Amino acid sequence: MISTRRQFIKISTVGLGGAAVAASSLKLAHGTGLFGSDDDEQINDLKNKRFPTYCEVCFWKCAGWTHTNDKGEIQKILGNEKDPHCYGRLCPRGTGGLGMYQDEDRLKTPLIREEKGGKQVFREATWEEALDLIAKKFKKIKADNGAESIALLKHGTPGKHFEHLFEAFGSETVGEPAYAQCRGPREAGFAATFGSWIGSPEPTDIRDTKCLVLIGSHIGENMHNSQVQEMAQAIDNGASIITVDPRLSTAASKSKFWLPIKPATDIALLLSWMNVLIYDNLLDLDYIKDNTYGFEQLKEHVRNFTPEWAYNITNIKPGMIRKTAREMANAAPAVIIHPGRHVAWYGDDTQRERAMAILNGLLGSWGKRGGFYLKEGFKVPKYPHPKYPHPKWTWRDLAKDYPLAGMGLTQEVIRASIPEESGEHKVKAWLVVGTNIKKSIPHQELVNKAIEALDFLVVVDTMPMDIVGYADVVLPECTYLERYDGIRSATNREPSIALRMPAVPPKYNSKPGWWIAKQIGERMGLGEYFNYEDFSEVIDWQLQQIGSSLEEMQAIGVKNLPRKSGSLYFAEGEKVNLPTNSGKIELYSTELAAKGFDPMPLYTPHAEPEEGFYRLIYGRAPMHTFSRTANNPHLTDLKDKNTLWMNPKVAKLWGFETGEEVYLKNQDGVVTSFPISIRVTERIRWDAVYMIHGFGHTNKKLTRAYGKGACDTEMITNVKVDPIMGGTGMRENFVTFIKDSGKETKA
Amino acid sequence: MRYGMAIDTLKCVGCGDCVVACQTENNVPFGYCRDWITETIDGTYPKVELEFRSERCNHCENSPCVRCCPTGASHIVEGGIVVVTADKCIGCSACIESCPYDARYTHPLGHVDKCTFCHHVRDYKQTTACSAVCPTSCIYFGDLDNPKSEVSMVLKNRKFKDLAPEAGTKPQIFYLI
Ligand code: SF4
Repeated sequence: MISTRRQFIKISTVGLGGAAVAASSLKLAHGTGLFGSDDDEQINDLKNKRFPTYCEVCFWKCAGWTHTNDKGEIQKILGNEKDPHCYGRLCPRGTGGLGMYQDEDRLKTPLIREEKGGKQVFREATWEEALDLIAKKFKKIKADNGAESIALLKHGTPGKHFEHLFEAFGSETVGEPAYAQCRGPREAGFAATFGSWIGSPEPTDIRDTKCLVLIGSHIGENMHNSQVQEMAQAIDNGASIITVDPRLSTAASKSKFWLPIKPATDIALLLSWMNVLIYDNLLDLDYIKDNTYGFEQLKEHVRNFTPEWAYNITNIKPGMIRKTAREMANAAPAVIIHPGRHVAWYGDDTQRERAMAILNGLLGSWGKRGGFYLKEGFKVPKYPHPKYPHPKWTWRDLAKDYPLAGMGLTQEVIRASIPEESGEHKVKAWLVVGTNIKKSIPHQELVNKAIEALDFLVVVDTMPMDIVGYADVVLPECTYLERYDGIRSATNREPSIALRMPAVPPKYNSKPGWWIAKQIGERMGLGEYFNYEDFSEVIDWQLQQIGSSLEEMQAIGVKNLPRKSGSLYFAEGEKVNLPTNSGKIELYSTELAAKGFDPMPLYTPHAEPEEGFYRLIYGRAPMHTFSRTANNPHLTDLKDKNTLWMNPKVAKLWGFETGEEVYLKNQDGVVTSFPISIRVTERIRWDAVYMIHGFGHTNKKLTRAYGKGACDTEMITNVKVDPIMGGTGMRENFVTFIKDSGKETKA
Repeated sequence: MRYGMAIDTLKCVGCGDCVVACQTENNVPFGYCRDWITETIDGTYPKVELEFRSERCNHCENSPCVRCCPTGASHIVEGGIVVVTADKCIGCSACIESCPYDARYTHPLGHVDKCTFCHHVRDYKQTTACSAVCPTSCIYFGDLDNPKSEVSMVLKNRKFKDLAPEAGTKPQIFYLI
């Protein structure tokens, strides 16, 4: 809409004075808790209400109760005891979820970019105005270039409402960082072996396992709630944990065996484990004969991948490789080689995941107690609407170079938005909802180019994230505590559904995602797709179809439904029947072979740091989700910035001490926007450094998060794309340390 | 009746959920806390030991904070719980100085504040916000005098330690190791 370069706007005009801010913490401190304050008179004051919700602070979607006090203010959020995602216990982020509601830095009213005296600024707008403008622009772009040229980049529950809007106007041009930047490789790797995706929550039977193997997965630092709970149960039960990680992760510290592997060499270790299991005769050959495909080929394939071979590559001693292989075999089939979650590391990630899947296949853990249970979901009936039109092209066309891509590849949508990159420049506009792509997508130079080339960019969010500053129109969504959303239905041991309803009305001038999508739709002449006044009607209709109702769910929050697909595990001796080409567990992948890829995984060496550089590894902290919680007042109390973990040997070499601040510079000469303080610790190898993802926010309007810590994504400019499914491997980036960035330092 | 806790360091992942749950249950103002996480690291890579502990007031049997309180604001109630009556507290912070665990802070309203074992819910809940929320269920709360209570059972069956035993305060929080 503005022809000049798209300048980042720091939302200088935000802040309608109008709406009331949350009671100050001082006032709250006087004691209006659910059970009253510590003052005896207030004990048993149960005049408070609770409203069901499911959490939106991460994708685990734990069901809980939002408690309000007698003044109708949100007091706290507690887990729903019936919920298999949380069993009544939310994680720190879910417990602190009300910080999202309380945050005074929230987006408060729609904003429209305009030019004033040669400068681009945001102007506060009414919803009418903002929505009219979006509809007008979308209609024009649709008329000129086809609806397909408008792309949706999304994450989380609100994404669903916009997906519906997009499909209604004829676009399936969609990208989700949750796939190519995160768990896509494991879905492809496990599907090539067992015929189906792992999905979320992972069907890992951790609570009953005897041996849990984590390949760089840091359960406990990633706070995937029920999974962390089950890991604690496994510890109680005396299960052995084997953790492979160059860093002493929390999980590693709780492990019987920690294998401090040289980064980027996991596949060599996995192959040598196969070698030991097969050549030391540790396997149930009858099971393998009945249930797997390609054992002889695999046996031949791993013949030379001995522990001695792997030792040279991984730095893990042959004795330890043998010992841990035996530990797994002794536990089989109650053993889990965990697929992990964020696994887009080196570009051969599908093959690494294949190796992990093959190990599970050899050990017979698929469909077994203590291995992987046979998950079951529940299909919520679809609210009726007219048929969607057929787009001429979709995300699949953009992902055509990656035969096993199972969801829209965000980076390909981005590439298709840049004339010189795509040759075609197919994508002209974006609607970004619930994902801060300035922090979730590597290779920010491409992202920036795409943003500049766009005709129109709409951002829907609750907070002034980095990406908001680049929008033409900003729409403030209310938080999950203030809205209805679609019924949660996920696969689990037993199917379950959960309701999210508002506990309080939307604060400021914010609106629910469903309302925003409907308003845009109606303005585009798609009213028949949004045949309801309030989204609760949709939910009620859906619930009525399955013999429940909105009223019932408002009272109980979660409903667990009986399994229909049979037993949770295969019976003893029962042969597997899987949706693979062979119907069996494919140790040799017929699908990968047919598509021209290695049918069995191979180890290929990856680049190593040059002198003075260190591999950048990043991960999660249990109290934060991506970059979205970095400004949450409850969670910044726990951790308000990231630090750079550095081995003492490295620190000594550089003369650094804990607390000292440095900028990072990567192999391509890119320097972080902000400095990061060093944490000298024995928990990390000497050839790598580690930091928590999601910090180093550049938007000053995030008053608690701005300039706190550094952003790992800025350092990820070398992207190793997985040729099989298009995952963006991010761990072949190396950093060195500089004291002076040459840039203006933080304010 | 003697309330206490056993906290399992083998399960604790140091997530800080106990801290947030306490904040929201007890209206602890932003920037303050009644409980917190300590991380200790021992050894040299790759032989490294890591321990997380969720720490708070130890509700000491021999409590220096109660002894030094000039107004009686700091006192011990039923079940051995050490509490502060905000109205009686003059904010002299003698108790803060005397506590070997650094468990007390001055509330912005002027009085001293600390963990109460969620005393306010005791009539109908034998739990605390931190124990009820902990994703790893690593905080066992209950009556140490009752040999059948969960907390007594785990202390019977497991190795444990307490903090700053040299201070002689007889803390009522034990860490399973
Ligand atoms: S794991 Fe935590 S943040 Fe994620 S949905 Fe559950 S409570 Fe919310």
